[in-house]
Amino acid sequence: MKYTLGSFIVLALMLVISGCSSKGGSMDGGAGIEDKGTGADGGAVTSGAAGGSDYSSYSLTDPNSPLSRRVIYFEYDSAEITDSDQELLVMHASYLFGNPDQSITLEGHTDERGSREYNIALGDRRALSVQRILELNGVAAEQITIVSYGEEKAAAEGHSDAAWRLNRRVELVY
Amino acid sequence: MTKIVKLLILASMFIAAHASAALTIEITQGMEGAIPIAVVPLGWRGTGAAAPENIAAIIAADLNRSGRFESLPDRDLVAHPVTAEQVKFQNWRMLNVDNLVIGQLEETTAGQYSVQFELFDVFRGKRLTGATIPAPARDLRRVAHYISDLIYETLTGERGAFNTQIAYVTSSGNSKNKSYTLLVADSDGYSPQTILTSKQPLMSPSWSPDGRQIAYVSFENKTAEIYIQEVLSGSRRKLASFKGINGAPTWSPDGRKLALTLSRDGNPEIYVMTIDGGDLRRLTNSAAIDTEPVWAPDGKSLVFTSDRGGSAQLYRVSVTGGPAQRLTFDGKYNAGADISPDGRKLAMVHGEGGRYRIAVLDLDSGLLRILTDGQLDESPSFSPNGSMIIYATGAGNREVLSAVSVDGRFSQRLSLQAGNVREPVWSPFGK
Repeated sequence: MKYTLGSFIVLALMLVISGCSSKGGSMDGGAGIEDKGTGADGGAVTSGAAGGSDYSSYSLTDPNSPLSRRVIYFEYDSAEITDSDQELLVMHASYLFGNPDQSITLEGHTDERGSREYNIALGDRRALSVQRILELNGVAAEQITIVSYGEEKAAAEGHSDAAWRLNRRVELVY
Repeated sequence: MTKIVKLLILASMFIAAHASAALTIEITQGMEGAIPIAVVPLGWRGTGAAAPENIAAIIAADLNRSGRFESLPDRDLVAHPVTAEQVKFQNWRMLNVDNLVIGQLEETTAGQYSVQFELFDVFRGKRLTGATIPAPARDLRRVAHYISDLIYETLTGERGAFNTQIAYVTSSGNSKNKSYTLLVADSDGYSPQTILTSKQPLMSPSWSPDGRQIAYVSFENKTAEIYIQEVLSGSRRKLASFKGINGAPTWSPDGRKLALTLSRDGNPEIYVMTIDGGDLRRLTNSAAIDTEPVWAPDGKSLVFTSDRGGSAQLYRVSVTGGPAQRLTFDGKYNAGADISPDGRKLAMVHGEGGRYRIAVLDLDSGLLRILTDGQLDESPSFSPNGSMIIYATGAGNREVLSAVSVDGRFSQRLSLQAGNVREPVWSPFGK
């Protein structure tokens, strides 16, 4: 659980920072930072809600909705989520928070390099990163299922950097 | 137009189904100092015009595949003796062959055969070994591999591993519509038999020590689960289906337990479970990835992959748990280990400079030796006599299997004519 706690704090911090920088209008992001000392959970939720509007009534089938973006990409051997993807995940979290009967599966994937079972573990770590952000933003653990496919289900065939970049991902499956 | 396309697709599926019948073997790197041997086609006494199997060709191919022998091509055979009295040793000495194999295949009753062979030392003019083995038609290839084992052991002092099998996984189709298959074939790639087919990934096959069962990971229920399947009957049962990862099963040397990776407590850790599922014990406790456990032959410790030090490296932990000891220090990435049958070597995926190759670590000296020359080599598995390592590698845009001698001097490629082949695991010795 050391890893969980460490990453949790890092992620919470990153969230707060991205929450502050992304939306100029939300000046109460500072409250999130204040809250963090007593309970990181509450702080992150506050910042997420403040950082964006309510996405709970958005349509999952509308191709123009930000919720239609459902793939998060990663660097090699990394489970770190970029700032812009954190914003996207906050929107998904807002939707799931407002629709508590809606469940989601987070599918972790890796590129083909290295051994296969290690890649299963790495895909799992990526899915957990996404799960943590969703949960920090109010999504109930019961709404989320995680499965790691490692390198077993490539999105792009081929053995190039371009293919590998598309394969290091977490897919949000509603 | 659509009709033509459909027909073409059907035709290609038909061709693919038939083309995937067998693995072909291509020796990619020869070995200097291989022992020259002549394997004379066996005499045939039976009802048909020709023998049902070319036993001598199977034996010669086995011996060549080991890298330790070089068989005389058929066209260079100066004579075709069948009995010891017909052998003229001086002829074979002139051809510089050290050893000679002759024999006879006889049909004793309908569909029942008797295979007789003899091995000679050409220079001393001496018979070294021989046997007569009865067999039905379907077992003739196995008998040939068994004879190869006897010849190999007589001449090298090391047990042969020809009469063994490999399990492996294939995938075919595109990313939208894939099909995964778990197969078992003879060690020379012949007689492949599908034991499981799925639309979802199949992974990590592991043989039981008696060679009768295979544990593996299946995603058929859209989540990773571990099954144990009997190779002959095909009957199977689900062993592990916890929340999260159920992965990397490997059989303990006594056959009573499986080591496996579970993430049910939050992140991947190594566990040991009894085969009846009754007892589950956790061996590792780190915030990092711990996975890919393999057993030491004495069953007292396991080697596994962990990134607790910042990157994937191999560690050893006692079967009773406790602190883990780091084993690999060369290279940024060392994972997916297999332990040699004598417990003294580790084969692994070694990542350095953007390349992933198979390396062997000598546990006594600590020396790491890179054996292969691919970009994306993975899944090394020792032969049961420890002489060869089979692994998966890329060839063009496909995945194929290769084998390399443990000293790295001899290599060969085994390729299916269609589809991708991976995760080879060599069976234990036959009983």
